[in-house]
Parts: sequence; structure tokens; C-alpha cells
Amino acid sequence: MTTATTVKRPATDRPARAPRGAGPPGDRGAWFLVLPALLPILVLSVGPLLYGIGLSLTDAQSGRTEPTRWVGALNFSDLLHDTLFWDSFRIGLLWAVGVTVPQFLLALGLALLLNQNLRFRWLARALAIVPWAMPEVVVGIMWRLVYHPDAGVLNQTLADLGLGDGRDWLTGLATALPAVIVVGVWAGMPQTTVALLAGLQNTPRELHEAAAMDGAGAWRRFRTVTWPAIRPVALAVTALNFIWNFNSFALVYVLTNGGPGGRTRLPMLFAYEEAFRYGQFGYAAAMGCVMVAVISVLLALYLVGRLKGADEQ
Amino acid sequence: MRTSKPARAGQYLALLAYLVFLAFPFLWLVSTAFKPPRELASLHPTWIPKDPTLDNFRQAFDEQPLLRAAGNSLLVAVSAAVIAVVIATPMAYVMARHRSFLSRAATGWVVVSQAFPFVLVIIPLFLILKNLHLINALPGLIMVYVVWALPFALWMLVGYVRAVPREMEEAAAVDGAGRLRILVSVTAPLLTPGIVATGLFAFVTAWNEFFFALVLMKSPERQTLPVILTHFLGAEGVADLGPLAAAAFLATLPSLLIFSVIQRRITGGLLAGAVK
Repeated sequence: MTTATTVKRPATDRPARAPRGAGPPGDRGAWFLVLPALLPILVLSVGPLLYGIGLSLTDAQSGRTEPTRWVGALNFSDLLHDTLFWDSFRIGLLWAVGVTVPQFLLALGLALLLNQNLRFRWLARALAIVPWAMPEVVVGIMWRLVYHPDAGVLNQTLADLGLGDGRDWLTGLATALPAVIVVGVWAGMPQTTVALLAGLQNTPRELHEAAAMDGAGAWRRFRTVTWPAIRPVALAVTALNFIWNFNSFALVYVLTNGGPGGRTRLPMLFAYEEAFRYGQFGYAAAMGCVMVAVISVLLALYLVGRLKGADEQ
Repeated sequence: MRTSKPARAGQYLALLAYLVFLAFPFLWLVSTAFKPPRELASLHPTWIPKDPTLDNFRQAFDEQPLLRAAGNSLLVAVSAAVIAVVIATPMAYVMARHRSFLSRAATGWVVVSQAFPFVLVIIPLFLILKNLHLINALPGLIMVYVVWALPFALWMLVGYVRAVPREMEEAAAVDGAGRLRILVSVTAPLLTPGIVATGLFAFVTAWNEFFFALVLMKSPERQTLPVILTHFLGAEGVADLGPLAAAAFLATLPSLLIFSVIQRRITGGLLAGAVK
């Protein structure tokens, strides 16, 4: 494609290259190195993305005999009037905020804790691997066992504490969304914690000590020393977490499959059903476009944050 | 800095609360996996099975084609990991060493692809693979996983390449070594630990993946482990808890083992990518 012509020599920060063929490969060599990864990316990632945008402007359906027609913005205007879509969109935002915010706050608290010289913090580190490494499907199954109305540990514990007579958490209209949000927080917290902890460990200790000598209290020290140091990491992690949560599928698919009565039907579940249960490819693609648009805004914020972070370094 | 005694106590209490929150669902899964049906149906479930049994594991293998699914998962994950690393390493090298338009575009794509809503990509992929007769075929899934693993693999690898001092390559160049020679005999050996960690991470990603496998693998003979696991949940969500827990526990072990080995390296990669 046209990008072929745009490969340039390395930028001018290192002029006068040494002997011919030495050092990092120049333009032609670079092509051979880049092509094996670039081709699959273009064919299976960038291509489908553009194809998907194109599909959103058609009435494509699965298993239909008549040819697919161009329908312009029809899918989008249909989406605007689709209350089920708006419900799932609202639930998706609720879920993404509901997971990302506690996730961040808990992870920050924990990272500050693990940055202290505490015994057993190795145990926390070791345990943090569990939610992180588990397949999402298993996380869902595991929490279904925890929430199980009869054989679950949650109701059992509540009963032992004399609190209520047990509920069916995942099928209750009021409890389903909070119940899946707890799982979302559990699943993503370790990753956030570890990232924040790594940020904390780059904070110069002397600054802390100097601030403490000046009589700054814990909160002041946090605000003036710790927070500025970890802000770029915090921003990046939060933005990515939000986007990932907004896009999530497997966890809720396994926990509730969108139920009860659509109370946990995240946008991805809605789009999946439209596309692969009802065969409405064009409509589902339009929905994907809307999600891309929302995420692009967030991504722009994240990128601005990254650039700022880079400036400060 | 000194911390007062009550503050210390509070810190340990908070740590304990966190450990409990983190551990209890997993311990419950393990406990359920070893319980006989009688104890599972008991009105007072216990943490430690009084009469631990391996029957659930046997039954899990009887109920669903777990071995075949695990074989599929293994094949797909190993292939995807190897291919991803083999094609990502040279590209990561160029991205790390050159500031060309291409490497900037690639970096941009890596960031943006983290945010893809898969639904917009999956429908075209489904149609493309269908035309290539690769629906329900493991090679199709492998291709998708390779591309899916690439962004993070590139991110990690770029970090590793940057950690290799340029001077070493330049010294070899002065000694008259050609560019390929330098890559193979100077840079690559230094990158090996990073390449292995990246490959293992790509393996875990593919081993755990669910959405693409659910859409692209329709016949039970081709389904991967996460998809087969959902079959245990039954049509109405009425599950046979013991075998379900046993199968879920088994499916997690490979990821847990690998992750405990590479966790530190991933953190570095994640952070480098997120803030640099």
C-alpha cells in the first residue's frame, strides 16, 4: 500500500551513520523486519475495523439470500430510537464507572499499604496473581459458586452472622448489577495495584522525608509528594481500565448473560446478541461504531495525559 | 519514618481485609471442587470438605470433552504465542531504534488497539474467515490470536530492546559485523529473557481468551477450554457444581503457573507502555 513510500531514514538525531550496513537497519532493512507483523495487522486488524465501519452503513444480515444494500445512516437512526440499546449503553457506563472508581481507590489504598514496610506483604503480592492470571470465564464461574443461593459461601456467611436469610444475588433485579460490579472490581484490582505500586516505588524517598521533617502531615505528604509522582501512571491506568471495562464481555456473559431482564446487558452483550443470535450484522456494526466514538473521546483524554506525563519526565 | 502503634494495627487490619477479599473466592472454588455431592447439597456448606473426593474431576472429564478442549487450547495458544513473538520481535526492534513515520504509526496503533471494541472487528473477521473457510478451524483462531496478542507483545518487546545498550551494537558494527549478524549474534541473545516472557504472556492471553473462540468455533470438537467450561453451566444456568468447579480449577492452573513466573516482567512492560 501507499505507506511503503513513507518509510524514512532514521530521524536526524543521529546523523552521519558509521560504515555501510552497520548499526540498526535503514529503510530497506527495516521493511523486511516490519513486514511480517505489519501484514497481519493490516489484514486482520485495521482491515476489519474499516470493513466494520463500512458494514454499519449497510443492511448486512447473516444467512440472507438477497444482496446486501447500502442504507446510509439508517442503522444509526434506528439505534437512536432503540430503547434497549440506550438501556445497555447506560448500564455499560454505570458498570464501567462502578468498576473503575472503586478499583482505583482500593488499588491506590492497597498500593500505599504495600509500599510500607509490612510483614506478609509478599502474601498480598503472591495472591494478586490469582485474579490477574485467571481466565475471565473461570472468574465468572468462581463467583457464581460464591453467590450461589444455596451452596454459596456468601449467603452462608451472612446467615452465620445473622444477617438476612439469603438472596439470589445474580438473579435479583436490584442486586444483579452491584453483584457483577463487585466481581469486576475483584478481577481488575491486582493489576491496577501493581501498576500503582511500581509508580510509588519510583517516588524519591528523600522527598517524603524532607516533607515529614518540615512537619507535613500524611495527607499533605500524599498530596504534594506522592500524588504528583504517580499521577501519570494513575491517569493512564484509570483511562485504560475504564475502556477495558466498557468493552468487557466474558465476565458478565458467564455470570448473568445480561439478565435478569437485561439489568446487566452490557453494550458488548447487546451487540453480540444482535450480531450472532439475530444475525443483524449491519446493526451490530453500527453499535460498534458508536462504542468506538465514545471510546475515542476517552482515548484522546488518555493520550493527552500520556503526553503530559512524558513532558514531566 | 515512624508509624504509631494504632496506625500500624490499622494497616495490618486493612492488609488482612484485602487478603481475605482476594483469597476467599478462589479458596471456595478449590473447596467446591473437592466436595462430594452430599456436602454440596448440605444446608450448611463448609470451607474444608469433610470427605474430600476426586470424583468431581472424573465426572468433569465424563461430562464434557475436556481433554480435547485442552488440546485445542494448547495448540492454539502455543502456535499464537510462537508466531506472535517471531513476527513482533523484528518489528519491535525497528520501533525501538528508529523514529520513522512507520514506527510512530505502529506505536499509535498499539495504543489505539488497546481500546478496540471487539464487536466492530469480530463481525468483519467472522465474514472474512467464513470466506476463507476458516470458521470452525483452528488456524483461523490462531491468526486472530496472533494479531490480538501483537500490541502487548510489541509494547513489552520495545521496552526490552531499549534496555539493550546501543553501544554494543555500534561496537559490533565497528568490528565489521553486518546488520543481520549484529541482530542475530549481539542483540537477540540479550533479548532472549524478554522474548520468552513475552511469549509466555501471549500464551496465557490466548489460553484465557473467550469471545473470539465463542464466535468463531461453533462445533464442539474445535472449541477451546473456556468455551467448553461454559457448557457446564447448562441451558438454564442449573449447573452441576462439583464438576464445574473441578474443571474451572484445572483450566486455571497453567495460567497461574506461568503468571507466577513472569508477573514481575509484565508489570514492567505494562508500566513502560502506559507512561512512556
